[in-house]
Amino acid sequence: MFKMHEKKNKRIKSFKELPGDITRTAETVGIEETEKRRSGSFLQLDESALFARVTGRFKGQIEIMDTKDALEKYDWLHNYYWKLVDMDKDVYTKKAEKEFMGGYFLRILPGEKIQFPIQSCMYISKQRCKQNVHNIIIAEPGSEAQIITGCAVSRDIKAAEHIGISEFYVKKGARLTSTMIHNWSMETKVRPRSAALVEDNASFMSNYVILNPVRDLQMSPVAKCIGKNSVVRFSSLLHAENKSLMDVGSRVELIGDGSRAEVISRAIAKDNSKIIVRGVMQSENPTVKAHLECSGLLLGSKSTIHAIPELLATGEGIDMSHEAAVGKIAEKEILYLMSRGLTRDEATALIIRGFLDTRILHLPSSLDNIIRGLTEKVAEGL
Amino acid sequence: MYNILEIKNLSVEINKKKILRNINITMWGGQSYVMFGPNGSGKTSLLMTVMGMPGYPVKKGKIILENKDITKKTVDERARLGMGIAFQLPQEIKGVKLIDMLKISAGKKPNQELSSDEKKLIKKFMLDEMLDRDVNLDFSGGEKKRAEVLQLLFMKPKVLLLDEPDSGVDLESLKMIGEEIQRYIEKNNASALVITHQGHILEHMGVEKACVLLKNTIYCYNEPQKILESIRKNGYKGCLRCMKRRIKE
Repeated sequence: MFKMHEKKNKRIKSFKELPGDITRTAETVGIEETEKRRSGSFLQLDESALFARVTGRFKGQIEIMDTKDALEKYDWLHNYYWKLVDMDKDVYTKKAEKEFMGGYFLRILPGEKIQFPIQSCMYISKQRCKQNVHNIIIAEPGSEAQIITGCAVSRDIKAAEHIGISEFYVKKGARLTSTMIHNWSMETKVRPRSAALVEDNASFMSNYVILNPVRDLQMSPVAKCIGKNSVVRFSSLLHAENKSLMDVGSRVELIGDGSRAEVISRAIAKDNSKIIVRGVMQSENPTVKAHLECSGLLLGSKSTIHAIPELLATGEGIDMSHEAAVGKIAEKEILYLMSRGLTRDEATALIIRGFLDTRILHLPSSLDNIIRGLTEKVAEGL
Repeated sequence: MYNILEIKNLSVEINKKKILRNINITMWGGQSYVMFGPNGSGKTSLLMTVMGMPGYPVKKGKIILENKDITKKTVDERARLGMGIAFQLPQEIKGVKLIDMLKISAGKKPNQELSSDEKKLIKKFMLDEMLDRDVNLDFSGGEKKRAEVLQLLFMKPKVLLLDEPDSGVDLESLKMIGEEIQRYIEKNNASALVITHQGHILEHMGVEKACVLLKNTIYCYNEPQKILESIRKNGYKGCLRCMKRRIKE
């Protein structure tokens, strides 16, 4: 049984006030303790939002605060709260509503192009903690920003549950990239419930990276391209080991004229793990274009990958495609690399590193380096 | 001049089918060799066997590299001992960039810089704008060949096995590739075994000896131009007739 913890955590002013083991773990999921190259920061520790702040020179360009505070401060925010994700969707959304523990509200003001990423950290440090957060992100017209969300648990956590509701509003001409990096444990159950609304000429890029074990992850974010020429891309790098179960999907509804979508996933399953990769593209508009791609690599006789790509197209003229390939590492590729002097293990690691290609995430080099570092650790560990 | 590679009485069988029979070749440092033969005669199989690629079990015979028996060595061991191959149909690998391959070939780590000479050679091979591309993926035929030979030169092998390095390559590139291989061989006292159908690359390399591989074995050793002219004139049937005549004599 998971238990609700009393809200004991006191608010702090920066990551530096946290114990070293927490900041070190947070660093593995892209959280920068010094905040030097971050435009804003947010921390949810267990059930409490511990701090939210905008870095000096970005004040007036973005707002970031505990969602609870934001709902008290802004009446209008109720027009965004639970408007994209259905509160009654399932037992987890109901729980998130009933046991609401904060999360972050982020607003990028109109026309602001934010140079450094905004970081948010969702951290579980207590045994059997259940963390229910609700994030609302609004990219106002013409704004541009990168969000990096790092989710992690302390090493000794035996059991934990994370439910994360995220509602993204990407308004006219805005460009928003959300990159989520995870470092859960074999005892963590994770249920993200996300949705995005993308307006005219706006783009929403969602990157999901999970390379460490998790007990059970199930998610299927939904993006609605309602705007003319709106663009959505979901990219995921998944690595499951041990007995991890990952059921990771995404759904894009292409409504606006000329809207485009791309869903790309790379999945590696080893040991007794199982990955289900889903992708649904849906449209009735003949001017849209969408592509879905899933590549899976099996590294174990008992590992499973189940790729389920779905295209729901109604009407003449719609351009949708998908490709899915699941298999083992091609022996020919290994031998080609061995002919250049690499050992079999080195060749295998290089192929895996290449398979978990961070270029699919289209990130700025500072974030790309973090994720590349993680994929290299995965490749070396195999 | 010294004996680099000796292939002695080499026979290969796959599922009881003879792929190569009693092959004997001796290669000397600073000299190159060319091998002709019709499609399916076993030329590529011979290079694969010499390189140690799995799937080519040696039934009998030996492969000796610098007086060391490498017949049972794995492909990577042979590469590290000084064997290098440029494949006829090189493998495409998603996510592994050409620059990665060049650094691997040069024995460098990903964070190590290439030397100025290596950078010059990349430019000369017209591959400087392809370094961040996945190796061989969507490369043209000529680009693939240039990338193969360049990787080989970065490896600094003692023996270069070149499987049709001239097919699909434009004339200008062919000249450059041939001259660079020749320069490398002379400078390093290395040796090359080249498979070619048309013999175009021979115009830019100093190839001393040639042989014809027919029906899985070597039928003839001679000067490259003599063999090439004979094949052009009489075809491989002429080679067979010649061999029968010589046996009778």
